[in-house]
Amino acid sequence: MNAPLPKRKLKVATTSLAGCFGCHMSFLDIDERILDLVELVEFDRSPITDIKHCSPDCDLGIIEGGVCNAENVHVLHEFRKNCKILIAMGACAINGGLPAQRNSLDIRDILAAVYAQPGRGVHIPNDPEIPLLLNEVHPLHEVVKIDYFLPGCPPSGDAIWKFLTDLLAGRTPTLGFGLIHYD
Amino acid sequence: MSDAKTFFLDEEEIPFEEGQTIIQAALSAGKYIPHLCYHPEFKPHGSCKLCTVRIDSRTVTTEDGQSVKIPGRAAASCTTPAQAGQHVESEVPEIQDLRRTLIQMLLVEGNHYCPSCEKSGKCLLQGLAYDLGVMDPHFPQYFSKREVDASHPDVLLDFNRCILCELCVRASAEVDKKNVFAISGRGHTKHLICNSESGELGDTNLAATDKAANVCPVGVILHKRHGFEVPYGQRRFDKAPISDNPAQYAPVKEQV
Repeated sequence: MNAPLPKRKLKVATTSLAGCFGCHMSFLDIDERILDLVELVEFDRSPITDIKHCSPDCDLGIIEGGVCNAENVHVLHEFRKNCKILIAMGACAINGGLPAQRNSLDIRDILAAVYAQPGRGVHIPNDPEIPLLLNEVHPLHEVVKIDYFLPGCPPSGDAIWKFLTDLLAGRTPTLGFGLIHYD
Repeated sequence: MSDAKTFFLDEEEIPFEEGQTIIQAALSAGKYIPHLCYHPEFKPHGSCKLCTVRIDSRTVTTEDGQSVKIPGRAAASCTTPAQAGQHVESEVPEIQDLRRTLIQMLLVEGNHYCPSCEKSGKCLLQGLAYDLGVMDPHFPQYFSKREVDASHPDVLLDFNRCILCELCVRASAEVDKKNVFAISGRGHTKHLICNSESGELGDTNLAATDKAANVCPVGVILHKRHGFEVPYGQRRFDKAPISDNPAQYAPVKEQV
């Protein structure tokens, strides 16, 4: 059982790092239940609100995607600093997911294959505006402390709903058979 | 049963015949004990330790009247013979926690990316993880660098997912009589190898119909041209938990 959550609307921030946005799309699959959800929470930084930075007093941070570049590290640290509870949502956030399948390859070879092959360009982009790629894609819990994990690729709308309603009610979230999926 | 003896599994009386192991008797009686490397048709291997149970725990009363549980010995139920009157604990929180940890270790040790695995939905490792409620990897991801062997015309080997259960090794040796597979190396370098001069599967005499080609519990030994045939939602572990049908794992012949 978690500590009782405050009797006010909770601030929820969400973001997508090295993911495909599928988890956020699945979040919208809670359908009309989102009307019940907004009775309990208000969205802070999120692709839904387009707020660029977390408020310092967020209650929940929900993060989709793994960590593949310097900007991902920065955003993840901002979430950890500003959110009381962090949730890793989806396979990429939990074990790197499909983007981590590049981890067995040399990053220089990958960049050369993508950008510096005949017909695909002549050099690897090196603009300071472009976040620096990490050698490997990492799951979130290897970079900051994660409080809860919500598996799935993506987790279904029903799984997200069950997870959040458990958490908002002060229960440790559990997904029974049929809701817990890794794909 | 003719000479029926019994032991207790989670306080339930289970009959067994002389020579049966705990897991054999349990599965015959319709009781599921989680396992990965055990297969009723092969000699027990005892390597995955998922089927670990606790035997003959005792509760004693201390001088100040407190009841204290003294845990019994932990043993792999696939290699431990059933004995009359013994008390076996399996589905208790302490043992299930250990099993969850084992599953987490297996998941981070290999590259188990379920969304891109053709075995997803019917993978025993995944099915067990669902059943035990594994929500997180807990450990740092190992990101092992392993090869794929596509040299065989009908069978693909993706070593990334190997859990070293040796089911294919035992199937090839005991059923197919071909010795196509073996395990080489020690510690973290331990890995599956193929018995051919080149080391490639294509140079072995494995046939797609061999037992060894059809026994892999995870997504290492895959049949080419047969990917993702069952839609999401209709696959084995979409429809029922792995523990739902223990009879499917019941022993098919007497063995120790």
